[in-house]
Amino acid sequence: MKDLKDPTQSTTGETPGKGFSRRGFLRGVGVSSGALTAGVLQNEAEAAETVNESANVSGPGEVPVTLTINGKAMKVSVEPRATLLDTLRNKLDLTAAKRVCDRGTCGACTVIMNGKAVYACTVLAIDAQGKQIQTLEGLSANGKPHPVSQAFVNNDAQQCGYCTPGFVVATKNFLDHNPNPTEEQVKQGLGGNLCRCGTYMGIRKAALEAAKTMGGGKNA
Amino acid sequence: MPDYSWPPMEKRKVIGKRISRLDGMVKSTGAAKYNSDINPPGLLFGVLLTSPHGHARIKSIDTSEAERLPGVTAVRVILGAGKEIQWQGQEIASLAAVTEDIARDAARKIKVDYEILEHFVDEEDLAKAGSRAKPAGEVTTGDPDKAFQEADAISQGYYAIPVITHCCLEPHGQTVRWRGERVDYWPSTQNVSALGAELARSIKVPVTQVHTDMQYMGGGFGSKFPADLWGTECAELSKASGGRPVKMFLDRQQELLMAGNRPSVFGEIKVGAKKDGSLTVWQSKTWASGGLGGGNLNADQMPYVYRNVPNRRINHTAVSINAGSARAWRAPNNQQLSYITCCALDDLAAKLGMDSLDFFIKNTSLSPRGEVYKYQLEKGAEIAEWKKLWKPRGTSNGPIKRGLGIGVNMWGGLGHDSKCRAIINPDGSVEVQIGTQDLGVGTRTIVPQVAAETLGLPMPAIKFSMGSNAYPPSGASGGSTTVGGVTASTRKATVNALNKLFEVVAPSLGVPADQLEAVDRKIQVKGNPAKSLSWQAACAKLGVNRIEEMGENVGRTAPREGLISQGAAGIQIADVSVDIETGKVKLNRLIAVQDCGLIVNPKLAESQIFGACIMSTCGALYEERVMDQQIGKTLNADMEFYKLSGINDIGEIIVHLDLRPEMDKRGVIGLGEPPAIGGIAAIANAVANAVGVRVHMVPLTPNRVLEALARRNA
Repeated sequence: MKDLKDPTQSTTGETPGKGFSRRGFLRGVGVSSGALTAGVLQNEAEAAETVNESANVSGPGEVPVTLTINGKAMKVSVEPRATLLDTLRNKLDLTAAKRVCDRGTCGACTVIMNGKAVYACTVLAIDAQGKQIQTLEGLSANGKPHPVSQAFVNNDAQQCGYCTPGFVVATKNFLDHNPNPTEEQVKQGLGGNLCRCGTYMGIRKAALEAAKTMGGGKNA
Repeated sequence: MPDYSWPPMEKRKVIGKRISRLDGMVKSTGAAKYNSDINPPGLLFGVLLTSPHGHARIKSIDTSEAERLPGVTAVRVILGAGKEIQWQGQEIASLAAVTEDIARDAARKIKVDYEILEHFVDEEDLAKAGSRAKPAGEVTTGDPDKAFQEADAISQGYYAIPVITHCCLEPHGQTVRWRGERVDYWPSTQNVSALGAELARSIKVPVTQVHTDMQYMGGGFGSKFPADLWGTECAELSKASGGRPVKMFLDRQQELLMAGNRPSVFGEIKVGAKKDGSLTVWQSKTWASGGLGGGNLNADQMPYVYRNVPNRRINHTAVSINAGSARAWRAPNNQQLSYITCCALDDLAAKLGMDSLDFFIKNTSLSPRGEVYKYQLEKGAEIAEWKKLWKPRGTSNGPIKRGLGIGVNMWGGLGHDSKCRAIINPDGSVEVQIGTQDLGVGTRTIVPQVAAETLGLPMPAIKFSMGSNAYPPSGASGGSTTVGGVTASTRKATVNALNKLFEVVAPSLGVPADQLEAVDRKIQVKGNPAKSLSWQAACAKLGVNRIEEMGENVGRTAPREGLISQGAAGIQIADVSVDIETGKVKLNRLIAVQDCGLIVNPKLAESQIFGACIMSTCGALYEERVMDQQIGKTLNADMEFYKLSGINDIGEIIVHLDLRPEMDKRGVIGLGEPPAIGGIAAIANAVANAVGVRVHMVPLTPNRVLEALARRNA
């Protein structure tokens, strides 16, 4: 269950405690080499540039990308260092996914990419090209709320609501892969998201109820 | 005066029902627009440059390179050359740019030369605090020395609870558009009605020019009352950028460094009792820090809840450190007071060889609401199966030790000042307006419940407008004051409006207005549905004029009117298992018994208590701001190492709302704070019961538990 989040898209495996994230590194590379004084970083940046010369070069500056979001092709211009999350929120006005920890810990930005739940804050927009991206906005079909959203309402699985979009998407994806979960599996499977108000009791019930309305829930 | 009193319990059709929150669907479909979500045309992104040092002086600051960066629209220096910085995260400069990436690039291009000064960030060792320690003086009642001499048992202990932050998921910040004589202000706040006035003062415009709007907000917990320096900066950046809107929200590191915290407390406590378990004497020496301003505790409230102990000596010292300042944190001081008190009392009970449940019950007479606590402790013990499961300290067998513990809470929760406007239109539509906010507690749901109850209408018939300073002013949402304030003002406004409608329709029904009632979408002669008009037909008699009536709650005088009151009491019982080989604490159950008067919506009230208990699990087991005295910085201003409980970390939570009629008669009382108070103490005491030794500091990390066990075995 722990691999619910695509581990290749997570920064949590990186060197802890140094205030350093993949994203900050990429940003640093994008600024100017003058900002990079540490030798290791300098070398890595140069290596990255060398690789880029033989591959497709993106940037500096904004580049056009096409993202397939909720089944629709959307053209947008972003810097290569822009995360999928910032692109959704700042460029496409798709703001259901929230920016909270901004480094792959809390799950508030969870979206589904090619059938897997990922943290949109740790995916680059340019890397999301050619992939099927599903955001919370795309879950409610024809004005009808998704059964997971309905279950969150029924079980009061939300308070301030800022973690809710991430939890709804994570729950939907979890149930897609585990249609008949036990409560214990729900607790493991939704361990990649955090809530501050403390809505977990409702979320547990909501996930089990949604499993049933989606035609599963046989172990609940 | 009109009769505003609540309908009797058995007659209520909407109040007291388990109604789902009205904004549940917009939140769970992502349609809810928080002010960090809005993207008005021409939006710019604001960024703050903050201090990387705990204590320093700015020798020089050069913004020229940042200003030259294409896309940057405004740069402002907040602290110039010569200014002293007192904590990591203090604001130095702000700027705005066309994209967020450019704004961050520009912030990195501001060159600041610092002279590093000596810092102090570790308040635990009071001896090292020197002049940064500010003693509040000693308070003595009775004769503590004599009482200790006469006590049959004395327990002395050291107890510590660290600084924690609010860690709101939506960071502090706002979007502002200052164009000409209009300032559109979209903050994330607990204070919609008054915040615009504060911003107006700081940017020197008439209050009437500031239009505040906030429909949703992502958590405050006491930290989002002021407009803050970043509010002013954001407005000034907008003005300097030709009136384009600027969105400026703190990043996660800034949020944990700058946006408030709950002070720590360290305490050396000595308590004494008689053989029969009666607590006779309390002595505490405590110290605390919540940042530069020191750390208040209201130490005089100890022993918490058991306040009427005859002999007390209280001594508290505030310690100033180089860290961001404290802000109100859900039940300010009360978590710490409850933790210090309940742990000391639990240790004393163990010393007496007494079941701590019996000890906590025995001494309830020391509380003004002793009978309530007695009832709640007995009720909680029944749910927890205390008498079956409890064992004396440290007598649980095997490597996994199970234990039970108690924590208590108390709170005021009197409704704040609130004004409500109720409008009944000739077409039958109804609108209720209040300048309040919903922090996620259910304000948006309970106000229409009250209006629907009064007017005999279904809830969808009520339009509730809130979240703007254009509506009648209502207090900030803090201290569990909102539910009392808005339900009382709504009740009065809707009763007043309904009475006006009665006057208009009375001639048609041939009875005086005071003989009418509103039931099931009808205005009818009291008890006689046959003599009635439909709501629609009744409102049509208004002709072209709408009814518009106000209702006002004044906190100071409200308790005399009977709609609301104050004084919530509650207890928590924790059931834990501790693995003494790894030191890991597993919470099995946390049981909360809570009284808060008339419950408007039990479904939402239970959610509040679940949430408060879950927050307590964070504080008891995971959450702690870690400062490094070597470098003067916070080591975990992030969410990887600033730990919150996840969905699998909390065990089962069982809520028992005290809904007895005598509680209902007390009227509406706030519920936000009280259940967030006692859980930490309950869990800490359960762990002491399980492992047979006191773990001195929360959170009860495996490391601390193993250290305590090593001390016991030494």
